[in-house]
Amino acid sequence: MQLKIWGCRGSVPTPGPGTVTYGGNTSCVEVVLDDPETALVLDAGTGIRALGAELVARGTRRIVLFLTHLHLDHLEGLRFFAPLWDPGVTVEIHGPRSPVVSLRDRILRAFSPPLFPLDFREVPARLVFHDLPGEPWRSGGLTLSSDLVLHPGPTVGFRLETSARAVAYLPDHEPALAGIDERTPDWISAGALAHGADVVLHDAQYFEEEYEARMGWGHSSVAHAVRYCEAVGARRLVLFHHEPTHSDRDLERLEDRARELNDSVDPTLAREGMTIAL
Amino acid sequence: MRTAWRAPALHAVRSPQVAAKQKQLLLILAREFISNLSTPGLIADADGRLVFYNEAAEAVVGRRFAEAGEMPLEQWLEAFEPRESDSSPLPPERRPTRIAFEERRAAHEVYLVTSADGVDREIEVSALPLFAHAEEFVGVVAIFWRR
Repeated sequence: MQLKIWGCRGSVPTPGPGTVTYGGNTSCVEVVLDDPETALVLDAGTGIRALGAELVARGTRRIVLFLTHLHLDHLEGLRFFAPLWDPGVTVEIHGPRSPVVSLRDRILRAFSPPLFPLDFREVPARLVFHDLPGEPWRSGGLTLSSDLVLHPGPTVGFRLETSARAVAYLPDHEPALAGIDERTPDWISAGALAHGADVVLHDAQYFEEEYEARMGWGHSSVAHAVRYCEAVGARRLVLFHHEPTHSDRDLERLEDRARELNDSVDPTLAREGMTIAL
Repeated sequence: MRTAWRAPALHAVRSPQVAAKQKQLLLILAREFISNLSTPGLIADADGRLVFYNEAAEAVVGRRFAEAGEMPLEQWLEAFEPRESDSSPLPPERRPTRIAFEERRAAHEVYLVTSADGVDREIEVSALPLFAHAEEFVGVVAIFWRR
């Protein structure tokens, strides 16, 4: 079982020569399961387009998609997810609930005219919607649990756990807004999700000086990401949700800064194609 | 790319106790809000446990939260002997926090208490229930002040 990153850019896709090393596709992570019949996917940013082509080639018939939230950079790839256009495929979509509008209808806003020429009625695949947070999802020895996290609008984070390892996925998260320092983990946003995790994929969109003008936008500085890992006792930090204005060289400076702050959490930049063994 | 990914070492999985203690996001936000208020305020969770009160409240109740710790809210309130202006006990069903907790509506009341420092004080209390995104009841927040 392993994770594979198909997109780790934040906010908006950023193709071009300045982003070829770490990639320009927005958030999408595949969890490669022991069950070859099922594909588990986290978020549907533009990275999901290439993943979809691979799932078609593999002949995968059941796809379980967990969405952290419905901001476009986590959803816009869904419209170009090839398995949706196969009537033999079932796509189970899990996403944060709202008291007002169903998950299906909220996704439909981005998946219908005038933003897209088609809507769900014309999608041949079978679609099933589930609200989050809900009961943990299990497959083989893997358990996926979710909880609400600090980000504008209903947003969840995920914890993937096997008998031996745990990984937390928190791509859009601003825990500093409600406090990290002088807090026990139960009083930190998503503290239990990331507590003692071997690896945390965490929002580290900004340098500290950039964060000052963007406080409350729902994203973390590199210093907050490092501090968060320290506070919840996580072992390794994967810097995720790269700022679209940051080139590969900028990102490497960001990683240097993270290592300067705390090398012991082994801060590492997420990049497209990266795999993480569970 | 400069850094080769190293496989993480084996590590113990999360204990159920850690997950059980996790505070609901709305309570975390409420704590941050209350922490920054100059008005005394407290938070109780969905189980009726007092989980936080702020520095301004500490000045009124005469005890730091770090010393008091989490406890059932009703038990904590009893220690202050809430009573009416004629010194008769204030019925629990008239306590704003009880109303917010049991009837899930906002409530307000004026009553007398004896603080931990032994001083009698007349306070006003406003309490309201907290509902998260999915209309899930997650607790009660109350603010109070001396009259």
